[in-house]
Amino acid sequence: MDLSAINPVLLLASLLVAATPLLLAAIGETIVERAGVLNLGVEGMMITGAICGFAICVNTGSPVTGLVAAAIGGAALSLVFAFLTQVALANQVASGLALTLFGLGLSALLGQNYQGIKPPSFPRFDIPLLADIPVLGPILFRQDPVVYLALALTLATWAFLKFTRAGLILRAVGENHDAAHALGYKVIRIRTLAILFGGALAGMGGAYISLIRVPQWTEGMTAGIGWIALALVVFGAWKPLRVALGAFLFGGIEVVQLNLQAAGVAIPVEILAMSPYLITILVLVIMSADRSGAPASLGRSFHASH
Amino acid sequence: MIRLEKRPEPSRVWNYAAPVVAVIATMIAGGLLFAFLGKDPVASIKTIFWEPLFSEFAFYYRPQLLIKGAPLVLIAIGLSLGFRAGIWNIGAEGQYIMGALSGAAVALALYPLEAWWIFPAMVIAGALGGWAWAMIPGLLKARFGANEILVSLMLVYVAEKLLAAMALGLMKNPQGYGFPGSRNLSQMPWATSWINQNAGLHWGVLFAIAAVIAAYVLLSRHLLGFQIQLAGQAPRAARFAGVNPTRLTLFCLGTSGALAGLAGMFEVAGPSGIVSIDFNAGYGFTAIIVAFLGRLNPIGILMAGLLMALTYVGGDIAQSKLGLPKAAIQMFQGMLLFFLLAVDLFTNYRLKWATKEAA
Repeated sequence: MDLSAINPVLLLASLLVAATPLLLAAIGETIVERAGVLNLGVEGMMITGAICGFAICVNTGSPVTGLVAAAIGGAALSLVFAFLTQVALANQVASGLALTLFGLGLSALLGQNYQGIKPPSFPRFDIPLLADIPVLGPILFRQDPVVYLALALTLATWAFLKFTRAGLILRAVGENHDAAHALGYKVIRIRTLAILFGGALAGMGGAYISLIRVPQWTEGMTAGIGWIALALVVFGAWKPLRVALGAFLFGGIEVVQLNLQAAGVAIPVEILAMSPYLITILVLVIMSADRSGAPASLGRSFHASH
Repeated sequence: MIRLEKRPEPSRVWNYAAPVVAVIATMIAGGLLFAFLGKDPVASIKTIFWEPLFSEFAFYYRPQLLIKGAPLVLIAIGLSLGFRAGIWNIGAEGQYIMGALSGAAVALALYPLEAWWIFPAMVIAGALGGWAWAMIPGLLKARFGANEILVSLMLVYVAEKLLAAMALGLMKNPQGYGFPGSRNLSQMPWATSWINQNAGLHWGVLFAIAAVIAAYVLLSRHLLGFQIQLAGQAPRAARFAGVNPTRLTLFCLGTSGALAGLAGMFEVAGPSGIVSIDFNAGYGFTAIIVAFLGRLNPIGILMAGLLMALTYVGGDIAQSKLGLPKAAIQMFQGMLLFFLLAVDLFTNYRLKWATKEAA
């Protein structure tokens, strides 16, 4: 066992990389749930985004195009969910599960010929001057552009919900869809847009795993990250900044866990590999005592005739 | 303009017709998908749904239907109880793994002891293993209000890691020349779940049929069954009627866990035989589709389970004969649930041409 081989600066820098897919998916789902929709299909949209991004990136050679394709892929799949829950008024839990089961099959089918290929690498983007700050520079300012994008989106989402009129309307729809409808807001249209946004971000989060974090395509490679993202929304009490905090916490657990495995600590590998899931359960238990942050209409179907 | 109008009460016709329409729609959409993959759509669909039952090799495929159908029905029956009451156990896959590990542990720990009571002990251990794994989300929900969907799902990943640790470590066959995986339980006459291997008959098949009957009686003749339905349809009314939500949660999760555990135990002691890393085949997730396709009704689940088993067996044939990718079959099964959820709209709503004066 050699713990001295673990470099704290590198550890913190890789923490951000590990947190980014979680952060993207969880921020997307936060918006969806604030609009009153529970989309349990995050895992399915992430894995679909992972393969869409990977395939397009390999074929075009452009990681940015790949990332955009992943967002489109995730959003396209979420459109199916939007149709089922908003138009066909299907049960949201069942529809979300269907989305995940379908997404896992779809991605396996699309990814058949992409096993074992290495994608073109994403260029790192050092922010001039800031990157040269000792300690903080390597941690915060020598990352790939997607990390910055995820952080910017987090702040934008926070500002959107807190300060804008559109954010207020979105929250109104999530808290009481009947009242929002009576005020003349298009509940179904707003919710559909929120679902699409969530799908696009989940897709990008998936592509971050297949293009940057791993980078490779294997079947079922998201391995429950979509589900952890769902738990993070509960952890963050449906508030973007707290959700981000949760994502960093989980990124940290993941990185520490992998580093301990590599360092050959006397804890069995399987126990270490279980830890993110066990800690998710622990977090859910602790955070579930207070459900006051949950949108009041979460998970309920809206039909104008009611 | 077409608009939706809520029916005063759910349509009985559509309640039964929706699964049939969904299956037909899936066949059409699946045919298009297979055509897109460059396969003959009609031949593919026929291979999946016809060959296992009526081709010249059907005598070989029909037993396979029992083998694939039994765990699906067993798990789906358990899940349906919870789904009716609004308790979502999504982690049946994990409970299935834990049941298999617990059941196998009994036989492997006692090896090479041969005794008549070993198999019954394995059955009990399997049920208990699944039950205990499902009680974790149950108790956490009852005590702390933790979301059972996420907790039960997280436990699937934990169970998978545990399975890997067992298959490579504690349960590894000491005489297996270093290959991962346990001793073969199906070759121990005192521990196997096989009754007649050529007919595809093992104890899991009998338990699945018993579970269908028990669930039917429970739901139609027993107070607890009524409470389950009441809690799902009118939670507030259920509380006033004195239904204890904690007890209901624990009962539904515990029962579904025990049934999933049994399914895993019968699988590992029969069709699979050994505890291996990739022993679980996703039955726990497919059973969710089975439960919905069967309308959460025991008889419906029996039929849906056999239909889903058909897509597995037929999918295997299509894979070897037509080169249809395995993932296409998985997608096909997922599509079925999509179509069912969409078609279900007509059970509760009807389409109406909106007239001008209505506005």
